[in-house]
Parts: sequence; structure tokens; C-alpha cells
Amino acid sequence: MPKTYRTDLKKVRGLGSAMGGPGTDHFWMQRLTAVSNIFAAGFLVYAGLMLVGASRTGVQLFFSNPLHAVLGLLLIISVTFHMKLGMQVIAEEYAPHWLKVPCLFLNSFWTFSVAVACTLAIIKLYLGM
Amino acid sequence: MAEAKPTAGARPSMAPKPMSPHLSIFRPYVNMVLSIMHRITGVVNYWGSLLLTAWLISAAMGEQPFNAVSAFIGSPLGLIILVGFTWSVMHHMLGGIRHFIWDTGHGFSLPTVRALSWATLFGSVTLTGMIWFAALSLWGNR
Repeated sequence: MPKTYRTDLKKVRGLGSAMGGPGTDHFWMQRLTAVSNIFAAGFLVYAGLMLVGASRTGVQLFFSNPLHAVLGLLLIISVTFHMKLGMQVIAEEYAPHWLKVPCLFLNSFWTFSVAVACTLAIIKLYLGM
Repeated sequence: MAEAKPTAGARPSMAPKPMSPHLSIFRPYVNMVLSIMHRITGVVNYWGSLLLTAWLISAAMGEQPFNAVSAFIGSPLGLIILVGFTWSVMHHMLGGIRHFIWDTGHGFSLPTVRALSWATLFGSVTLTGMIWFAALSLWGNR
């Protein structure tokens, strides 16, 4: 017998996902980035159509517009964060037990690396470098 | 009731019953197939973003890497991948909007569920067609 008089209910109160824990945070951020991804998809299609067959100079010119650069950076943040959240669920649900934590780590490392690399690329193009 | 009580192994002719509903025992419904496709397109988009990443980074790196990546994207294989990626993104987006409608607690009647699911499928194909029609006409004009 455990040496405690605390009831099970007392122990779990305040730990639920409804109390601002990781449960609602994941759900909320997935929805938040899903909405921003709709705008990101719009910008992606616009940028894609503007840059069909473009040379590198054309790409630099496109991103030298601060509006394009800002929208591109927002796209990267929104998309990579949504990628991280989505793949996290897949790792949690399908990865075998011993691979779960490595998968979660790699997922975070990968998506954040993509985010930083793309951010740097857009800044460099914005500066015309 | 006394004589009809089944015990383990009492009826060996019967195949073991499934413990819980499982994909393999359901006739596929459109909403069920789309639910699976939503997850698959999510994974496709995850890796498809690699193409966008490669394109952006190569553009930042210089003329030569950019031309190499552009040449791959413009090749038949690259175009097939890009069309598939476009459809996958559009499908995942429309599927997400469908889930948003459900998140509000609306649209759960079976006819609505089916209509929304078919609309997602037709919508994603239509959007992909429109985007590529525009892209190819722009490409031809340059």
C-alpha cells in the first residue's frame, strides 16, 4: 500500500489537458498554424506563379520586395511549426516504443533546421546577396 | 439462458472475433478514406517541403546550384513530383477546412459528411488543375 492519504482524484486534479497543459497547447497551435497555412498556401501559389521559369536574379528581385520577404518568412514559420506538430502525432501513434523518443527528437531537429535554413535563404535573397 | 452461455473454445468452428473495429473489416466509406488520406497527404507535404527548401537554399547559394535545382524541377520527374505536391497541399488544406467545420460542431449529419468529403476530393483536383493551367500558360509565355 502506498503511504499516502491523498486520493487518486486529488493527485490528478490540475494535471489534465484542459488546465493549459500540453494537450490543449498542441491542439490549439495545430489549429492556429492550420489557419495561417491557408494564407501561406495562397502566397505559395502566388509566388510559384510569379516565379515560373524565373532566373536566380528574378527570384532575388521577387524577394527584394519586403512584402514578399515578410510573407515568405511567415510561411516558413507557420508551415514548419505545423509540420512539427503533425509529424509528432504520427511518431507518437505509430513509432515502436524504443524509436518514439528518437523520432520525436529528430522531428524537432529537422523541422527547426528547415525553418532556420529557409529563413536565412529568404533574408539573403531579400538583401540581394 | 443457462445452456446458451458461451465459454472460451466452446465453438471452435467460429473464427476469432475482432477485438475492436479495424480498418480491414470496414467497407471503405468516402469520409474514412479521406481521413486516411489527410494523414498521408500531411506526410507527403512534410517531405515535399524538401523541394521548396532545396529551391530556396539553392537560390540563396548562387547561380549554379539554383540552375541545377531549377533544371530538376523542370524535368519530367520534377514536374510530376511538383504536380503531386500541389495536389497534396490543396487536398490537405481543404481537408483541414473540413475539419474546421467539424471543430465547430457542425456538419455531422451523414449526407453532409459525405458531401463535404466528396467536395474535398473534387475541390483539390480542381484547384490543382487551375493552378497548373495558370502555371503552364505562364511558362509558355516566357
